[in-house]
Amino acid sequence: MSTEWSSEAGARVVADASGVLGPLLPVLIALQEEFGYVDPAAVPLVAKALNVSRADVHGVMTFYSDLRTTPPGARTVAVCRGEACQSVGGRALEAHALDRLGVGFGETTPDGSVTLDQVFCLGLCALSPAVVVDGRAFGRVDAARFDEVVGA
Amino acid sequence: MSVTVYVPGDSGARAVGADEVAVTLAAEAAARGIDVAIVRTGSRGLYWLEPLVEVETPEGRVAYGPVAAGDVAALLDAGMLEGAAHPLGHGRTDDVGWLASQQRVTFARVGVVDPRSPDDYEAHGGIAGLRAALGMSPAEVVEEVVASGLRGRGGAGFPTGVKWRTVAEAESSVKFVCCNADEGDSGTFADRMLMEGDPFTLVEGMAIAAYAVGASAGFVYIRSEYPDAVASMRRAITTARERGWLGTDILGSGLSFDLDVRVGAGAYICGEETAMLDSLEGKRGMVRPKPPLPAIAGLFGRPTVINNVLSLATVPTVLASGAAAYQELGVGRSRGTQVFQLAGNVARGGIVETAFGLTLRELVEGYAGGTRSGRPVGAVQVGGPLGAYLPVGRLDLRMDYEELAAAGAMLGHGGVVVFDDTADMMAQARFAMEFCAAESCGKCTPCRVGAVRGVEVIDRILVGPPEERAGQVALLEDLCELMTDGSLCAMGALTPNPVRSALSLWTAAQGAPS
Repeated sequence: MSTEWSSEAGARVVADASGVLGPLLPVLIALQEEFGYVDPAAVPLVAKALNVSRADVHGVMTFYSDLRTTPPGARTVAVCRGEACQSVGGRALEAHALDRLGVGFGETTPDGSVTLDQVFCLGLCALSPAVVVDGRAFGRVDAARFDEVVGA
Repeated sequence: MSVTVYVPGDSGARAVGADEVAVTLAAEAAARGIDVAIVRTGSRGLYWLEPLVEVETPEGRVAYGPVAAGDVAALLDAGMLEGAAHPLGHGRTDDVGWLASQQRVTFARVGVVDPRSPDDYEAHGGIAGLRAALGMSPAEVVEEVVASGLRGRGGAGFPTGVKWRTVAEAESSVKFVCCNADEGDSGTFADRMLMEGDPFTLVEGMAIAAYAVGASAGFVYIRSEYPDAVASMRRAITTARERGWLGTDILGSGLSFDLDVRVGAGAYICGEETAMLDSLEGKRGMVRPKPPLPAIAGLFGRPTVINNVLSLATVPTVLASGAAAYQELGVGRSRGTQVFQLAGNVARGGIVETAFGLTLRELVEGYAGGTRSGRPVGAVQVGGPLGAYLPVGRLDLRMDYEELAAAGAMLGHGGVVVFDDTADMMAQARFAMEFCAAESCGKCTPCRVGAVRGVEVIDRILVGPPEERAGQVALLEDLCELMTDGSLCAMGALTPNPVRSALSLWTAAQGAPS
């Protein structure tokens, strides 16, 4: 379970993570690991701690698709959209996931229960189609198996 | 007496239930009062048989698979621990034809050793390459790698030793060795398997590179989609420091080199080496113009060796067995072995490592056994999302750098993704553009804007008025030419490969009577 965001807790994470070469991306990843997302209030805090501009922080935040600016749902589901998965029903699985959860990729269900993401390759290409649910990967997933592992 | 049972801890095997098998096996054995030692290895790369459980017997390891947790009790009843026959049994693992016909060099230990055990690593020939290297001068190590003919396994195929020589000759008080483990190509998973199954090989290869070029620090840049590989490498680095394989005065040689793992954040472009450098510096992963080469001005502007996981993981073998042994394998200018990854719609997906020289047909029809769906093969995408879709008529292509390049295709990182004849090739062409639009770093216009325009043009071909189709196809061709010639890196320059090849397959299908 993620810690609830506060600027005090955020400052501690930033201080702990910034002692490496090229710290900006590692610091943002550390914030997301701690809080589940990077709160917009962290941007000036990171900028000040690392002596870079807020624009620099914003630029990195928006470049990497893993980094979120809002809290994710209680569960996160990522569907692989790589070619290997497409070759064995991945497109049908994508459509099923979108339909079943009723949200687009990158969105969270209105009740906050599930965030649906797309991912381009999980390296499970001999076991396609693949999905990740709360960090756990599943291979050879069809619509029925999707419902089973997502619990939708 | 304790029986050793190997259950893969590889993330692919785990994705189809290996953890449940291990838990059930431990519980069943305990309930029966049998002493079983379960070792979580990497995967042997026979993914259609995963979870593949192996039992240590006096005759060698005996394989069973695919084993579900529900099969464990019946397997124990049947005498699995003595290597007894069973419908899921395959006999001795080493005798399984699919595996026995391969030449596992880079993957020699993957699926065999315990990836957490440095003793196991040394017992299987580990660290011999580093010891051999430390007995030579750095320049001799570089020349040994040059002589081996080893070429970069990431996709570009540049001679590894020549790259090292450039870094070794560069004047700088600080140099870096970076491993590109941002294996983002769909259809490839060899880097992941190696890091999960034999992580010390990569550590050893990087230490050898550091000695050869005079580097003191290194990074392994791993994509965030590979959490198990990240954990495996971090564990291996910590262990390697304890064993004196990293840190100060490595193996008493005076060499100082340390390693760190950096994790990506979901950007395909960071597999491009200069974008990876920017990402390692903590910045947006933007592609840099070349020159300067990273070998001259790389990470933080310092001379930097950047090699793929498989290139670095092959180096210890080259040093331990000598360049000549490696050089003897292969054909033409493609020396040594290639780790092919069979993926997508295949009956038998997994890893095939052999000397260069076999054909695409031998991989697709032989090893892979055709499609999983049972339908005829429709197209094969070789070399990742930027590789061409090859029609069945091209299956006799020999899988080496030069022959594929001459055919307008590329080996890339060795991924082979098979599609059956129901694949919608225009959808694949559209996806290639969509993927490029989503993953472009945005630095150069042909890629950033071209990919977006590409999706639009393809949509017009598909749903626009038929009389305008020829004009739109010409426009797409023109756009592809511009992206090829004008893009800063391979992302924009190679996206036309899958687009054009898929378009020509689609056109051919349109012309054929249905």
